[in-house]
Amino acid sequence: MYKDYLTVSNIVGPLLIVEKIEKVKYAELVEIETGDGQRRRGRVLDVSTERAIVQVFEGTAGLDVVKTRVRFLGRSERLGVSEDIIGRILDGSGRPKDGGPEIIAEKWLDINGSPINPCARDYPSEFIQTGFSAIDGMNPLVRGQKLPIFSGSGLPHARIAAQIARQAKVLGKAEKFAVVFGAMGITFEEANFFIEDFRRTGALERAVLFLNLANEPPIERISTPRLALTCAEYLAFDLDMHVLVILMDMTFYAEALREISAARKEIPGRRGYPGYLYTDLATMYERAGRIKGKKGSITLIPILTMPEDDKTHPIADLTGYITEGQIILSRELHRRGIYPPIDVLPSLSRLKDKGIGQEKTREDHADVLNQLFACYARGKEARELALILGEAALSDLDRLYLKFADLFENNFVRQGEFEDRSVEKTLDLGWKLLRLLPRRELKRIRPEFLDKYYQA
Amino acid sequence: MRQGQIIRVSGPLVIAANCFGAKMYDMARVGHLGLIGEIIELKGDLAYIQVYEDTTGLGPDEPVLLTDQPLSVELGPGLLGTIYDGIQRPLDLILAKEGNFVTRGIEVPALDREKLWKFEPLISSGAEVKSGDILGIVKETPLILHKIMVPFPIEGQVSEIKEGEFKITETIAIILTKSGPVPITLAQTWPIRKQRPVSRRLMPDELLITGQRVLDTLFPLAKGGTACVPGPFGSGKTVVQHQLAKWSDAQIIVFVACGERGNEVADLLLSFPELKDPLTGRPLMERTVIIANTSNMPVAAREASIYTGMTIAEYFRDMGYSVALMADSTSRWAEALREISGRMEEMPGEEGYPAYLASRIAEFYERAGKVICLGSDKRIGALSVIGAVSPPGGDLSDPVVQATLKVVKVFWALDDRLANMRHFPAINWLLSYSLYAENLKPYYQSKVAEDYPDLRQEALQLLEEEAELLEIARLVGIESLSLRERLILETARSLREDFLHQNAFHLEDTYSSMRKQYLMLRNILHFHHLGLRALEAGIELEAILSLRVKEKIALMKYEPEEANLLDLYLNIDREFKELGASQPKEVVHV
Repeated sequence: MYKDYLTVSNIVGPLLIVEKIEKVKYAELVEIETGDGQRRRGRVLDVSTERAIVQVFEGTAGLDVVKTRVRFLGRSERLGVSEDIIGRILDGSGRPKDGGPEIIAEKWLDINGSPINPCARDYPSEFIQTGFSAIDGMNPLVRGQKLPIFSGSGLPHARIAAQIARQAKVLGKAEKFAVVFGAMGITFEEANFFIEDFRRTGALERAVLFLNLANEPPIERISTPRLALTCAEYLAFDLDMHVLVILMDMTFYAEALREISAARKEIPGRRGYPGYLYTDLATMYERAGRIKGKKGSITLIPILTMPEDDKTHPIADLTGYITEGQIILSRELHRRGIYPPIDVLPSLSRLKDKGIGQEKTREDHADVLNQLFACYARGKEARELALILGEAALSDLDRLYLKFADLFENNFVRQGEFEDRSVEKTLDLGWKLLRLLPRRELKRIRPEFLDKYYQA
Repeated sequence: MRQGQIIRVSGPLVIAANCFGAKMYDMARVGHLGLIGEIIELKGDLAYIQVYEDTTGLGPDEPVLLTDQPLSVELGPGLLGTIYDGIQRPLDLILAKEGNFVTRGIEVPALDREKLWKFEPLISSGAEVKSGDILGIVKETPLILHKIMVPFPIEGQVSEIKEGEFKITETIAIILTKSGPVPITLAQTWPIRKQRPVSRRLMPDELLITGQRVLDTLFPLAKGGTACVPGPFGSGKTVVQHQLAKWSDAQIIVFVACGERGNEVADLLLSFPELKDPLTGRPLMERTVIIANTSNMPVAAREASIYTGMTIAEYFRDMGYSVALMADSTSRWAEALREISGRMEEMPGEEGYPAYLASRIAEFYERAGKVICLGSDKRIGALSVIGAVSPPGGDLSDPVVQATLKVVKVFWALDDRLANMRHFPAINWLLSYSLYAENLKPYYQSKVAEDYPDLRQEALQLLEEEAELLEIARLVGIESLSLRERLILETARSLREDFLHQNAFHLEDTYSSMRKQYLMLRNILHFHHLGLRALEAGIELEAILSLRVKEKIALMKYEPEEANLLDLYLNIDREFKELGASQPKEVVHV
């Protein structure tokens, strides 16, 4: 039924060039057999009447131009899903990695998915309590949002992500909840940390893990996040579950994409990344969301390590333009021993406005949030000033603000790894800090809320 | 129809052989699925086609149908309130037909073929008409009269005109032209890459009121003008665009969501039908057309979406309406250009963008303007264009920003430092500019107040001085500043916090009328003037700043009543007078 081609002419990086082909389609799945009978898989990247360019997922090491057999499968890459997938650990290509049996597929889904029709989208508006004050209070997460964590090497992003997965809940509701974890190029230790954490807290029973580790083929990483999201779509829109997807680390994903682009000799965009990086990332991130009339939802937390903590690096930059905000970790806070080292000021949640307030969190949430931002920003400015001129040069008011900033970082941002703060407690903590300042400084808060909460 | 064959597929680019005689920018239907594409290069009998849908599963030898028609939009009743994809397919119909996800090769008409519209003729048979003359009207929504115009370049004598209810494809009139009778329907088509003709262009001299204080007062946009909003992510570009779409006093809004977030489009779709037009109380959706090509939808259609939106906007301008087009974001459009250009292996210019980037951007913005429309009644229409730009890392030296700044007249610079302090709209008052401020002076003076331009100038100057003084204070400490200078700092702070800062999510603050903006600004500056005088009279700065009216000034933005703002002006007078009386009169030489 399938034709075997022995017509490989060139092998360049992760790419094979196959000649004299017939009826090959763009983006179709390819099976490659090495001389010694090993099987690998790949995908058509470019096809013309004479030749096809094939990207090999497992890498081209050990392939030759004489004995390699190529078979075009006439379909795109798919993931077989059924309810049994929950609780499983799979590799970066979706094969069991936990020693369990193959998953008997109830249906096969194209891992590239299709764009959600914007008309079908429901606006995310349900507040998710993560138990972190710096997130719940300042940059709240809502169901169906995509909110990345911008981190750097050596920062505790994995611990934060695990804590979110552990604590996240929607207030006053008990619903079917699942975690899908996609790992691209992370180390065994990092992956093991998640597995152990999930196992200890019992979360593993409602989680699906796709793991492509650092020593596994980089090209496989192109599929891993797509598998994870396809699985999430199945859980959310077929099984009505609320799914939290954690993708780590998007930087390695983008590097794999760059590797392919370079092998194809494409004209590079910024820092050697291909010009279509934005579109490529968007086709994944945009799969998060809610659909009208469906119970389930997909909330996406991609994690990326910014090279040299540089927010303007293309991966972070383009991610920020696609996602609905970002949580930025700060090396400075981390050095000062503050966990979680969330840098509140440049962090942002774009969907917060519809997720907070009366009946969602508390009536004063929006105002308190804005006021805390403004005061902390002023406090940090005062700190800078004090560094240059000395604290004595500050006005009395500025000194108050400086104290505010210190307490904000130490009491509000800082919390324990197993401390699950309610949003009420977070807001009360915020008021406690705001009471340091004279009432007339609190311009962002409506007078009726000041009357109610300032004195209390 | 002629047919070619695919010989190569590379992402959104398809090369087809056997296309001899095809024309540039003609539309083609590609493959067995009939995907929509556009010819963007011809080499001998090879046609390079950018395909507006995902090309997965497409392969060599599949047919390519050449339509011999340029990519066009359908213009007629039924546009308003609709949400289209980049090539004018209604997304709600796709939803009804195909379910929650957008699939490929779908064919749905842009305008409803079945709906009956009540057509009222305005002329009678026998009349001589020119292109652009209004044959009659259709009440498309309670807000908007859709004027049925003689399509360009038809002119002649009306031999027949009907009245009653029609579908958009039915003949409503027949015009005898030199080359024979031409039937006219309610809808017409127009190629998206071709500018629609006008009689004459005019200078923009009327303010586009947006209700946003920093825009209307400091950096105004004129009706028919062009503006650009660049900024890094998270600086509030989209909120600014949404606020303009909601509040600006244009009669028609065309919103192009180009390569942006699906949830933002969902927000527009869910909030617009609920938001009411401040003048008429009708849902805003009745004056809005949305073109949505979210970032995960096919990249080539993103390139087309900007032109689709522009052509629809021009069509409404031709009826004599004031139209505003928002494009969010033009960077995504430029990136789509770059992606296609890269696939065609063209020699890249700056940052990998094609060398023709700047000319494409200039061409696009030049389609804006205030014009005398075609037609004998010399009606005036205006098309204002506001483009968001998303430069990488917020770096303004980005080629898209630079090419845009060369053509637009208003620059609203978003600043992430301000956004971090949650000062919204995060428009930097030192970097932004408007070249319309001078043109609009007579408008401000006649429509708002005689002294408005002066107040504006003073406010700008105070903000400028503040920046300099802060620089000094940072170097040598606040003590080195004189009392007068410290008062300037306080007033500038008040301008920033009490006037420029505006809460888009607060019911009252989200929109300020021009009158309110004027009164607010006047109160702040009145306080400043009296403060300066009090300082000269030897009154302590602390005493001035702790006046009760200071707190009232901070709350002006939430004050709905004009009378209270007028009262505040008198209160400022009174409190300063009392202050002067309570202090012992010492003569101090400042």
